Amino acid sequence: MRNGKLLVAPAMLWLSLFFAVPLLIVVLVSFATRTPYGQVIFKFTLANYQRFLEPLYIKIFISTLFTALVTTVITFAMGYPLAYTIAKLPVKWQQPGLILVMVPFWINFLIRSYAWVIILRSQGVVNTLLLNLGLIKQPLALLYNDYAVMLGMIYALLPFMVLPIYVSIEQMDKRLLEAASDLGAPPWTAFRRITLPLTMPGVAAGSILVFISSLGMFVVPDVMGGAKSALIGNLIQNQFLSARDWPFGSALSIVLAVLALLLIMLYYKALQSQEGGASDAKELA
Amino acid sequence: MKEMVRLEGITKKFGDNVIIPNINLTIGDGEFLTLLGPSGCGKTTLLRMIAGLETPTVGKVYLDNQDVTSLAPYKRDVNMVFQNYALFPHMNVEENIRFGLMMKKVPKDEQQERIDQVLYLTQLEELRTRRPAQMSGGQQQRVAIARALVNNPKVLLLDEPLGALDYQLRKKMQLELKNLQRGLGLTFIYVTHDQEEALTMSDRIVVMNAGQIEQDDSPDKIYHHPSSKFVARFIGESNFFDLADGTALAVRPEKLNLCLEADSSTEHPEPAYYGTVVDVVFYGTIDKVFVRLDNSNQTVVAYQYFDDVKRWQQDERVGIWWNKRDEVKVKK
Amino acid sequence: MQKSWRDSALLAYALAILAFLYLPLLILALYSFNDSRINAVWSGFTFRWYASLLNNQRVIEALTNSLIIATISTLVTTTLGTMAALALNRYKYKFKGVINGLLYLPILIPEIVMGLSLLVLFSQTGIALGKGTLVVAHITFCISFVIITVGARLEGMRKDLEQAASDLYATPWQTFRYITFPLALPGIIAGALMSFTLSIDDFIISFFVAGPNSTTLPLYIYAMVKRGISPEINALSTCMMCATISLIVISQLLQPQHKSAKK
Repeated sequence: MRNGKLLVAPAMLWLSLFFAVPLLIVVLVSFATRTPYGQVIFKFTLANYQRFLEPLYIKIFISTLFTALVTTVITFAMGYPLAYTIAKLPVKWQQPGLILVMVPFWINFLIRSYAWVIILRSQGVVNTLLLNLGLIKQPLALLYNDYAVMLGMIYALLPFMVLPIYVSIEQMDKRLLEAASDLGAPPWTAFRRITLPLTMPGVAAGSILVFISSLGMFVVPDVMGGAKSALIGNLIQNQFLSARDWPFGSALSIVLAVLALLLIMLYYKALQSQEGGASDAKELA
Repeated sequence: MKEMVRLEGITKKFGDNVIIPNINLTIGDGEFLTLLGPSGCGKTTLLRMIAGLETPTVGKVYLDNQDVTSLAPYKRDVNMVFQNYALFPHMNVEENIRFGLMMKKVPKDEQQERIDQVLYLTQLEELRTRRPAQMSGGQQQRVAIARALVNNPKVLLLDEPLGALDYQLRKKMQLELKNLQRGLGLTFIYVTHDQEEALTMSDRIVVMNAGQIEQDDSPDKIYHHPSSKFVARFIGESNFFDLADGTALAVRPEKLNLCLEADSSTEHPEPAYYGTVVDVVFYGTIDKVFVRLDNSNQTVVAYQYFDDVKRWQQDERVGIWWNKRDEVKVKK
Repeated sequence: MQKSWRDSALLAYALAILAFLYLPLLILALYSFNDSRINAVWSGFTFRWYASLLNNQRVIEALTNSLIIATISTLVTTTLGTMAALALNRYKYKFKGVINGLLYLPILIPEIVMGLSLLVLFSQTGIALGKGTLVVAHITFCISFVIITVGARLEGMRKDLEQAASDLYATPWQTFRYITFPLALPGIIAGALMSFTLSIDDFIISFFVAGPNSTTLPLYIYAMVKRGISPEINALSTCMMCATISLIVISQLLQPQHKSAKK
């Protein structure tokens, strides 16, 4: 059916028009200038990108990268055991187990961050409890600092890490572990030398997802970090709201987007070389 | 015999890959014809071209003297029994069988009558409302056959339908299919790589190799007079004794006889070859005796029956002989 | 494999993390029934915050907006997405790279970038922000999810079923109607539910493209949170959580069981 192929067109046209084109416009705007009144005029300039070299913005960049890194590492430490446990469940409990983990993920970041605000604020659950138990005299400033933001990010992104790792573990041929055991490997060694390496693709996928999401976050820092919070996400949000510096905001977004794309391409390259190695191994087997 | 299917000058290419160089084949009405060959020889592709699921790159397909080459499968009066049955999982047995009749807009009461008939024929009456997932392989197999037969197609195409069944069930189904075909007088075109199956069921076997027809004959002729080494090797076991002119003599193991090296009896031909027994392997009804020929790397096989007078042992020296009528000259 | 202390430790750790995931949500829900303005001290059980929601004109308006936008965008994304998934499943395309890019990038690029890019588009082309721009934005970020969800379902479908239907005299349309569509339906419904949920829940993209008179529920919650803590937020959040959870559980149960490719 010749015209069957056209069925894909409406969706692709829509995405081209409302996804690709806007991005291109943003690229254009990132090279544009801002009038004192906040209008955008298309006078070519590199000034927006040059501002990245200012110490203030470099600091924000590093801060964001650092937060993203810490978030990724901790969600890995929390997520891998969780994924492993689900994968080890009897088969009919695995889908319910997954749904259990994924449900919080679907509830939007705003509500989930707000829940932590209730718990951590100076009149919140934790402080009230500690005060009533007499363990502290003054409420602790648990909220509106970098640690709170990190906590919020970890909380928001943990399911992102769990799902790809679960898929990776589940797809692993369990007989490899039986073979390892048969050849004398104790459980921890088998895990370290067989399971962990073979599930690396899942870990990589989850890490990429968490890292990239964390870079672009502004809801969590905004709600849980307050005015002091300065991550790229908030910076961008600001440019489009209060500061009305769209060209600069666009430049920031493009850098963010390019960073995300680079990471994804790196991941694909790594995946392909891994698959090449794995299929070589399969041929030798 | 009236011609039912004719394939003229069929060539099939997938990209640059030539699967079938050039095939001409005619199948008669009421024949049970088997396309036999190893994996990748093109037999399934040929079958699918008759069904309309593939189109020949060059050539024509005639069904009952009508050119159907460009007709889509749903316009052809043939039906196929698929290799993995392809039963519709969201319909029960009766609905699966009804499907073709529904598509052809057969009147409701005639639908029911034909469905009931075919359910009886394939002994599926009790499973009418079952879903495919709730049935065994053998039962699903019969549903696939029923679903095809109920449409009274001119030709029934079967793509390795018994492959997934265990040995006993397969043997039983082979007989059932054969009886079904005879009883209904339909034309069956059957694809398999199992030579035993082909020999049991077919009126005619077409042995295929790399997209070409090696031999097209009755089972008897194929078995006793293979035309080439390939056919001789593919059907049953064979021993080959190369001759100077590039041809070879093929002798079946059951026709290969062994005698003592020193045997000088005149009741049988003088041994053409001598050798040493290297192995005797138990195979149930027979022992296979492997003999390494003198002055050669070649090992031949002879069958030894449990009630044979002499039971051969490893390392014995033997003479090898056979009757002239049991040898077949084959080309390389 | 024998049960060992390792397995128990692992299980305990996993349960602890699950608790970590759910505790905040449960606390939020719990305190939505707290009869006190000053949150953390428990003063008794009450429904009054929920009642006040029902009387809050702005909440009703935000809810209505969210539902309308979600419904329209779900209808459009499901239609466009299913068509695309069917075509991608059946045909080979020359520009696979471009198609994959358009398909996956919306999911991989940070939402904030997509949100502001649409804001830039609308402002530079002079389109006023409002319900319309929200619908367009929601469709844009939901389409990929639908295509992937339906595509996964189609992928798991055996190819020979459509061939069998054709062999049994079904025209291409009949094959689609009686075989392909019924078998793909669970995937289509799952995709639709996912699209609806994503739309109802969306904050970041809506933040950039909503106009002054077109608030959605998440945007309203944000505004309230920024103003200060109030128990109505708890109640509203709890309602949204329950709605989301129900939708997702239904949608996930319709997805095919993850089959491992073991021999």
